[in-house]
Amino acid sequence: MAHDASSTLVTTATSETRLSRGILTAVALGFVLLFLLLPLATVFIEAFRKGPAEFFAALRDPETFSAIRLTLLVAGIAVPLNLVFGVAAAWAIAKFEFKGKAFLTTLIDLPFSVSPVISGLVFVLLFSSQSMLGPLLQSYDIQILFAVPGLVLATVFVTFPFVARELIPLMQEQGTADEEAALSLGATGWQTFWHVTLPNIKWGLLYGVLLCNARAMGEFGAVSVVSGHIRGQTNTMPLQVEILYNEYNFVAAFAVAALLALLALVTLVLKTALELRYSDEIAASRRH
Amino acid sequence: MIAMAARTSTRWRFRQPSVIPGFGLALGVTLAWLTIIVLVPLSGLLWRSSSLGWSKFAELALDERTVNALTISFGTAFIAAVVNLVFGVLLAWVLVRYRFPGKRVIDAMVDLPFALPTAVAGIALTTLYAPNGWIGSLLAPLGIKVAFTPAGIVVALIFVGLPFVVRTVQPIMEEIDKEVEEAAATLGATRFQTISRVLLPGLLPAGLTGFALAFARGVGEYGSVIFIAGNLPYVSEIAPLLIVIRLEEFNYPAATAIAGVMLLLSFLMLLVINVIQAWSRRRYGYGA
Repeated sequence: MAHDASSTLVTTATSETRLSRGILTAVALGFVLLFLLLPLATVFIEAFRKGPAEFFAALRDPETFSAIRLTLLVAGIAVPLNLVFGVAAAWAIAKFEFKGKAFLTTLIDLPFSVSPVISGLVFVLLFSSQSMLGPLLQSYDIQILFAVPGLVLATVFVTFPFVARELIPLMQEQGTADEEAALSLGATGWQTFWHVTLPNIKWGLLYGVLLCNARAMGEFGAVSVVSGHIRGQTNTMPLQVEILYNEYNFVAAFAVAALLALLALVTLVLKTALELRYSDEIAASRRH
Repeated sequence: MIAMAARTSTRWRFRQPSVIPGFGLALGVTLAWLTIIVLVPLSGLLWRSSSLGWSKFAELALDERTVNALTISFGTAFIAAVVNLVFGVLLAWVLVRYRFPGKRVIDAMVDLPFALPTAVAGIALTTLYAPNGWIGSLLAPLGIKVAFTPAGIVVALIFVGLPFVVRTVQPIMEEIDKEVEEAAATLGATRFQTISRVLLPGLLPAGLTGFALAFARGVGEYGSVIFIAGNLPYVSEIAPLLIVIRLEEFNYPAATAIAGVMLLLSFLMLLVINVIQAWSRRRYGYGA
């Protein structure tokens, strides 16, 4: 921060009066309270409204349990896939100069600018029985929509850019000198990657994976479109929240929601810790 | 790899020569994954839209319910983005310039909407703003209804869009050179004049970027909105929800048409904002 600490304590020509500082701070914090803190508190208060016994009973419901398992499964497939892709994309884009690089970077960001519902819709159009692929897959008895593969595809689509986006600026900043040194000392390509590049980018990679995972486990719109909402089979945790809520089973809905909120809080804590501790080893900008 | 580099080094180069290995593999993986996950599904949507034929597409897109849903989506997203621009800049200012207890926590909490699943945010906001909720019951005697009206949609979109503005403006604010403010003060500007005539115009490009991101996210948002909106056709039904409804009716052409119009409008909007941004960066921006 460029300004000196004393400027916030006394009124100078380049700071606001005490009164206006107080008012501005109060308005900003009031906004945060109203739109961020109260909704978060509501989740936990509603989940424990009828006591911890009800809360834990709601989580032991078999359908909820299978939703938790499905969410872990889908994220467990989607996140590693995008991890490999993200590293490959960052390697190609950050370590080399080639034609069409800017265009490729734009294409990678594309899923962020598409509505989650449209992200799901594209896969429905691709694999429905009215499409070209659908009947073909059906004849081989391969089920994509309303099954795990569809959920994974939609999740991979919406979380596609996270890891690549975090790694590209970081690896561009680090340049190629370390790798060139390793190669000139006789390391093979893979040795260079495992022993030189990976240690350099590990915190940035973790940061990207963290955000990717949070979105993968929390995705609602895209997954909702391809899931078919088969109870106990194709409902992920966010979809289970919706079903329970629409059945006016509020304690159970908020119990599942509380688990997801807990995941969000853990993500935020780890993310903040990474930003504070390893700010030099994750991408310079904090933009998403 | 080396052989390939040697071959491509004659005249026109696809890529600059480099001793770093793995370009072919990394780019290959990137392009393959990008094609399978993003390009094929999205071009499937475009192909489906175009195969409807112009008159059929126009008929579906200009359907009264569709036009209403699109108006609601873009209108509420615009209002929410304006609110977020004002309060996001204020919040970034307070976080960058002032000191108060719990600042670190508040700073970290700004990212909550990125981490919290949208369905969780949706049911929490609905509970808070419903007529019998904490905030809703305070507003009800004043005759203000938020939940189950378009105002509820705006509230949900303020929640999801807030971090975009704060996180794009905050890093630029941290880099503001104090000398600019000192110069303004020595030339006789009041503090208010310095802020409104010197500092804020310089933040315009970053503010517009944040506004655009929040707006784009708001237009496509689904999970947090559907709980609080009430989803009354022609009144509080958003476009992504109408896509889902058409899909559930197996009316794929209509779903495709709405998605096509949404993509087209979002694209046009980003184009306009890019032009405004380029202009404001030339006119005011810091650093660039």
